[in-house]
Amino acid sequence: MTALLDIRGLKAEIDGRQILNGLDLAVNKGEIHAIMGPNGAGKSTLSYVLSGKPGYEITGGEVFFNGEDLLAMDPDERAAKGLFLAFQYPLEIPGVATLTFLRTALNAQRKKRGEEELSSPDVLKRVRELAKQLSIDPEMLKRPLNVGFSGGEKKRNETLQMALLEPKLCVLDETDSGLDIDALRIVADGVNRLRAADRGMIVITHYQRLLDYIVPDVVHVLAAGRIVKTGGKDLALELEATGYAQYQSEAA
Amino acid sequence: MNAEVRSVKTAAEIGFADLFAAARESLPGGDKIEAVRRDAFDRFAAQGLPHSRTEAWRYTDLRRLLRDAKPLAPRSDAAARSVAREAGAVFAGLGLRRLLIVDGAFAPELSDLAGLEPGVVVRATVEALGADEMVLPLDMAGGDPVAALNTALAADGVMITVAPGVVVERPIHLVFVTTGGTPAATFTRSRLELGSGAVLTLVETHEGPDQSDYQVNVALQVDVGDRARLDHVKITGEGAAALHISTLEASTGAGASYRDFGFTIGGAVVRNQLFVKLAGEGAIADVYQGSLLAGRQHADTTLVVDHVAAGSQSREVFKAVVDDEARAVFQGRITVQPGAQQTDARMMARALLLSDEAVANCKPELEIFADDVQCGHGTTTGALDDQLKFYLMARGIPEKEAEALLIQAFVGEVIDAVARDDLREALTQVMLNWLKERD
Amino acid sequence: MAAVQETIEQVRGIDVDQYRYGFETLIESDKAPKGLSEETVKFISEKKNEPAWMLQWRLEAYRRWLTMTEPTWARVDYPRIDFQDLYYYAAPKPKKTVSSLDEIDPEILKTYEKLGIPLREVAMLEGVEPKPGEEDPARRKIAVDAVFDSVSVATTFKAELKKAGVIFMPISEAIREHPELVQKYLGSVVPTSDNFYATLNSAVFSDGSFVYVPPGVRCPMELSTYFRINERNTGQFERTLIIADKGAYVSYLEGCTAPQRDENQLHAAVVELVALDDAEIKYSTVQNWYPGNSEGKGGIYNFVTKRGDCRGANSKISWTQVETGSAITWKYPSCILRGDNSRGEFYSIAISNGYQQVDSGTKMIHLGKNTTSRIISKGIAAGKSQNTYRGLVTAHRKALGARNFTACDSLLIGDKCGAHTVPYIEAKNSSATFEHEATTSKISEDVLFYCIQRGLSQEEAVGLVVNGFVKDVLQQLPMEFAVEAQKLISISLEGSVG
Repeated sequence: MTALLDIRGLKAEIDGRQILNGLDLAVNKGEIHAIMGPNGAGKSTLSYVLSGKPGYEITGGEVFFNGEDLLAMDPDERAAKGLFLAFQYPLEIPGVATLTFLRTALNAQRKKRGEEELSSPDVLKRVRELAKQLSIDPEMLKRPLNVGFSGGEKKRNETLQMALLEPKLCVLDETDSGLDIDALRIVADGVNRLRAADRGMIVITHYQRLLDYIVPDVVHVLAAGRIVKTGGKDLALELEATGYAQYQSEAA
Repeated sequence: MNAEVRSVKTAAEIGFADLFAAARESLPGGDKIEAVRRDAFDRFAAQGLPHSRTEAWRYTDLRRLLRDAKPLAPRSDAAARSVAREAGAVFAGLGLRRLLIVDGAFAPELSDLAGLEPGVVVRATVEALGADEMVLPLDMAGGDPVAALNTALAADGVMITVAPGVVVERPIHLVFVTTGGTPAATFTRSRLELGSGAVLTLVETHEGPDQSDYQVNVALQVDVGDRARLDHVKITGEGAAALHISTLEASTGAGASYRDFGFTIGGAVVRNQLFVKLAGEGAIADVYQGSLLAGRQHADTTLVVDHVAAGSQSREVFKAVVDDEARAVFQGRITVQPGAQQTDARMMARALLLSDEAVANCKPELEIFADDVQCGHGTTTGALDDQLKFYLMARGIPEKEAEALLIQAFVGEVIDAVARDDLREALTQVMLNWLKERD
Repeated sequence: MAAVQETIEQVRGIDVDQYRYGFETLIESDKAPKGLSEETVKFISEKKNEPAWMLQWRLEAYRRWLTMTEPTWARVDYPRIDFQDLYYYAAPKPKKTVSSLDEIDPEILKTYEKLGIPLREVAMLEGVEPKPGEEDPARRKIAVDAVFDSVSVATTFKAELKKAGVIFMPISEAIREHPELVQKYLGSVVPTSDNFYATLNSAVFSDGSFVYVPPGVRCPMELSTYFRINERNTGQFERTLIIADKGAYVSYLEGCTAPQRDENQLHAAVVELVALDDAEIKYSTVQNWYPGNSEGKGGIYNFVTKRGDCRGANSKISWTQVETGSAITWKYPSCILRGDNSRGEFYSIAISNGYQQVDSGTKMIHLGKNTTSRIISKGIAAGKSQNTYRGLVTAHRKALGARNFTACDSLLIGDKCGAHTVPYIEAKNSSATFEHEATTSKISEDVLFYCIQRGLSQEEAVGLVVNGFVKDVLQQLPMEFAVEAQKLISISLEGSVG
């Protein structure tokens, strides 16, 4: 079986600094992989490189997404193919209503895939249902995207977008940052509802706490731009107890 | 609005032409300098005095405000010099190094030249001109007709250089004073060069008698070297009937810091024009200007900040308090040249009108040719906040005092920009005296 | 304007060079001899069967114009215009007097079809989501007075408007049929001596719209004029005069397109608005004239004088403009706030791309007591264009309690363009309260990436962010115009990112 995501020997740098240093990772459909690691290990870089953010230079390795060369695709093409990045710091867009943004994104992706665009009422209906599940006030949908939203609201909004766009692979970058325990639970419930046999997830986090709510199948330790250890969900607990110090020295 | 052909000259324009023709021979400098002067005068003559349709002078119509050209001030006599000794009292007791310019001429015998710090050189401009040094041409202000008049007629002033790396602790105070007698005109040109990494505080005061409608045209060129720092404080406190036109050109090197504070309190007609060029990468300029105006005073502050190099930052704050029938003018332009990416520039202009006849004209401009910039400006114009005033009065503070408190808070923001405590306190005292006179 | 929207959809995706209204109608036209002289002025006046007083008015303006010189203060740069090398009058040759649509030259009707102007009765608006609380747009009506080159070819909805007492007709007709109104108001807001281009317009204007809304009447529909320049080397000099009598209300929409040309074409219109006591006029413009090609060749010179006079107490005039076209735009829709408690508004979106030059803004002249004004300006510069906001806010001695709020924001796309802000703020009494703020910035790369990660293309992302940036102004437009404007904005920024 072809892996959903297959990263082989990925090397990447930004502003001449090498961040990813020969990273290997394979994620199959239906699996949730957690990537843990100390600050500066390259966790966010991995999410940006996968999603194609400008400014990062790939200096080695390959990435296949459903067997296709991911690195050859434009960022919007990657999104249309089903790669979704939940941002650690979602951006604000003044003047653009959340609902407008959701509709524009959904239809842009559908168009690229050759699917029929959905009418505004249809989108509205879907969004309302999903918003309810995520305890998102429908009024929020009329507000400009993320403008004046609390940290929790922004993360719920990311989860809402993920649910609406139905991606094949979700990359959650530090989704737990800036969330209190109630907000974390709501977001985690939302993510868990998206667990599916044909969908994979990569959950990037510094703390084990998130993994109490989103239970991973596989846990990786990322240090100095490489996966240095892989294990089951117990590895996260172990890390919580011992910290990252040993991996940092190992990697160095 | 319409380009027009000028045929009729005003009395003042004819007066300046006569002045120049008569003085040309006796002005300091050899042939090269004379050519510069002639060229500058031609530029003035071609444009004439700026007026309301001269965009850069829109609100200060010199054809109307400058009726006649006064004769050039004669060499001052002993009586005048004794008056001059008392000048610059605002900063008395702060131990500043006083350099006196009396009736347009540098007076070394009245100046405090003893024990100059190593690396600091002070000369009279007349000396540089006599040696045929090319100190007169202007850069950014070159096209301005009134600055051109200064180039044509400037006879003296002060030239200061500070060697690289020299940190001058004791501020230099340029005391410009016009003494009594017949109303006359003075044209001075001064220059300051700060070597790389040098640090200096330069203070300027301008004053003269209230009874005389004398005219002052002063220009200062400042070159702040790489990583050098200059704090410049200027008080325009001319006599009640005087006309004061000042042109400042400042250019900053990479990583340099230029901080300017100007306070306009005196003079019947005042124009302070500042041209600041952020020529080196990562340079910083802060320009803070305050005007306290009453009676029929007219004070115009016109500021051009030109971001030429990348990564430079500027802050411009202008505050005017305008009472009676006075008029405050602020024109500020931030220009970001192509390539001056990562410019961060903000300008704020606020006018407080204390009387129904007071006027504030404000023209803050942004002119931007680079895309990766953060620029903004804001202006507000209005009366004192009645609610705040009422609040203070309800606490038992009399009306005038309540107003004074609010005005103090309003102006305080610009004074706070002055780095040195002693200067800041002296400037605060200037403001308090102005408020006291208002009663 | 639903049909206009369709037109846009048809041409969406066309390269920026392929100006989508760039077709030309081949019909014979009736031109005045080239050049400008008293004879030209007389020719125009005669063609229009004008009364003697009108000819006199024109001739006075012409003589005045001879003494004037072109203004040079705006930040625009173009080769000198040879005013003797232009045609000042071009009318489609009429077969006879037009009394119904069937009699109009089918070529002309076809042109309008391409433009998407609904000459035939009600424009049924499709595909537009009604805003909550707003009436169903399908039931809204728009009356169109189409100006083809210099002559108004057809006016729809006359009957219904007539019932309400609203006069809506070509100004050439109004001069004959309502001379008392025209004489009273024409030139009362923009005097013949006002400025070089307005004076030129006064001498040679050929047609335009006239609106009079009687006291207490709320105009039952939006009024609309579509201007179109067709004839080669013809200056277009429309004259529009709108009067809202006491307590009246009218909303007027103006849309502009011109076919593609290599020669630059001059457009110098004058619009005068008069609002008497308690009256309100809302004037909306979507200007989409040919901006020139990607090398900066061709395009319209749009030198326009628009001014509203809030003559009565509690009157209100609101200008909304979306400027995406023209090689050069020089316009400052202004309000004279004469009546006590009157209000002026100016909402503007100005987009420049390619080699376009925009110098636009407003004047708010506060004369009456407790007058208020509001200015929201959004400038977007892309390509190699220059985009300047120039505005004046002034409160005179007697304008006690005058208030203004101004916000000018500029957005830069690319590093070859320029965005400039030149406000003039003049307070002549202490009770005036003016607030002004301006910002200039670029679109954040991070925001663009965020949109792209959600599947939008680079251009879609820019379009979305820009539409958000201009939203405050778009909301001021009547809804059908807003939809059109939104699409125009995206189209006019095509090719701006890469």
